[in-house]
Amino acid sequence: MVRADFDRHLRMLQSDLLILGSMVEKAIAKALDALKRRDAEAARQVIREDDYIDSKRYNLEEQCIELIATQQPMAGDLRNIIAMLHIAVELERMGDYAEGIAKICLMMEGEPPLKPLIDLPRMSEMATDMLRRSLDALVHRDTVAALAVCNDDDEVDALYDQVYRELIFFMVQDTNTIQRATYLLWVAHDLERIADRATNIAERVIFLVTGKMTEINVSRY
Amino acid sequence: MVTENFLNLPQIETAENTVESQRDAAPESVIDVRNLDAFYGEVRALKDVTLSLYRRRVSAVIGPSGCGKSTLVRCLNRMHEMSPGGHVDGEVLYQGENIYGAGVDPVELRSRIGMVFQKPNPFPKSIFENVAFGLKVNGIGGNLGERVERSLRRAALWDEVKDRLKQSALQLSGGQQQRLCIARALAVEPEVILMDEPCSALDPMATLAVEELIRELSQEVTIIIVTHNMQQAARVSHHTAFLMMDQDKAGYLVEYGPTSEVFTNPKSEHTEAYITGRFS
Repeated sequence: MVRADFDRHLRMLQSDLLILGSMVEKAIAKALDALKRRDAEAARQVIREDDYIDSKRYNLEEQCIELIATQQPMAGDLRNIIAMLHIAVELERMGDYAEGIAKICLMMEGEPPLKPLIDLPRMSEMATDMLRRSLDALVHRDTVAALAVCNDDDEVDALYDQVYRELIFFMVQDTNTIQRATYLLWVAHDLERIADRATNIAERVIFLVTGKMTEINVSRY
Repeated sequence: MVTENFLNLPQIETAENTVESQRDAAPESVIDVRNLDAFYGEVRALKDVTLSLYRRRVSAVIGPSGCGKSTLVRCLNRMHEMSPGGHVDGEVLYQGENIYGAGVDPVELRSRIGMVFQKPNPFPKSIFENVAFGLKVNGIGGNLGERVERSLRRAALWDEVKDRLKQSALQLSGGQQQRLCIARALAVEPEVILMDEPCSALDPMATLAVEELIRELSQEVTIIIVTHNMQQAARVSHHTAFLMMDQDKAGYLVEYGPTSEVFTNPKSEHTEAYITGRFS
């Protein structure tokens, strides 16, 4: 087996990327949970833990740069490293959206609940599912699975539409709800962006496998 | 072009609007190899190679040892037939004419398709004489001094040697000697230069100087380079040909295409395995 050491580094890089993916997935779930339970301490924890996500991303980026500089990767190896470099950035930005949701949770502290949260947790589940499946597609180099992730973005967009209309309706009916409804709209927007970034990851998987760089599903937002 | 239209920017150099990118749009072939087999006596070293080499481009030939890279380029100016038992089947068309056809003078052909070898091989003569040699042999007249200077300038060597043209070429460093050999090849104004691992005996800095020179020269001359160093092929060439040895020990062309594609997304799994270093 030639290049065993390089292959080991590529495997470690992918493992680190999957760990980053799990950290982000957990951050999104925790942020939504904090929002649902109106738990300020849990929200603060999400905000603190975003530093770990950031440093993990920088570490991944450094690994990629080091491998490019020292191993002169070509062809599939090069695409692999470039794809992972991009995916690390996408994941870190998803982490920022989770942090954003946690901050909104703190802004809403002390305000009465506007409504029971049903669609936002659903959006969150769909977006996290897309994230999970995009990383599975990466592990299995599966372009069909990656394409399916891209196509699912439409469902998240549709749900975002629905949440948007509902929140506008609240605002129109009762101006006292404008502040809270706007906060929830921000949350919905963050979740919609998370789904968009999951499709970006899936597009990178397609690039990794096929060498083709294309935007598969253009988000409406 | 896309960016400029979008932003209405003044003319600045970007990857989209370089002379090279525009040139690459429509490459024109200067040498067409058609179903070429090359032999050493009974032994077939190359089989059924078909490819077109493009004018004023650098084409790299890569592949593992013994795959026939050097044999291929030596077939392009009939150097191969100078090896014991060396002969070919198939055609090599230079500007549409078969160089193996009747009535083709190999010496005249080699003045149009020059060659630079692995080890710098200057003659034990002065720097000036080395460059002037080819001109004298080919009976090229005119102002010898001017032609020598022009060749040395084109080989990016003039500034280093202009004050010692009468010194022996053997006193130059390895990198300078190789650039002198390139100047010697350039002196007779060839249209194509074949380079057989021109940097393998050079240190990294001298290698970079020769690579820079190759890119520069490719604006005027067609260059075909054999190299063991894949990074070198990636750095200097516009097109890359990957050769492999088949089970019958004859080399064959696995893949040929734009270097940017061969090194980022090769079509053949053999190419992928070779350039990613997983070739067994």
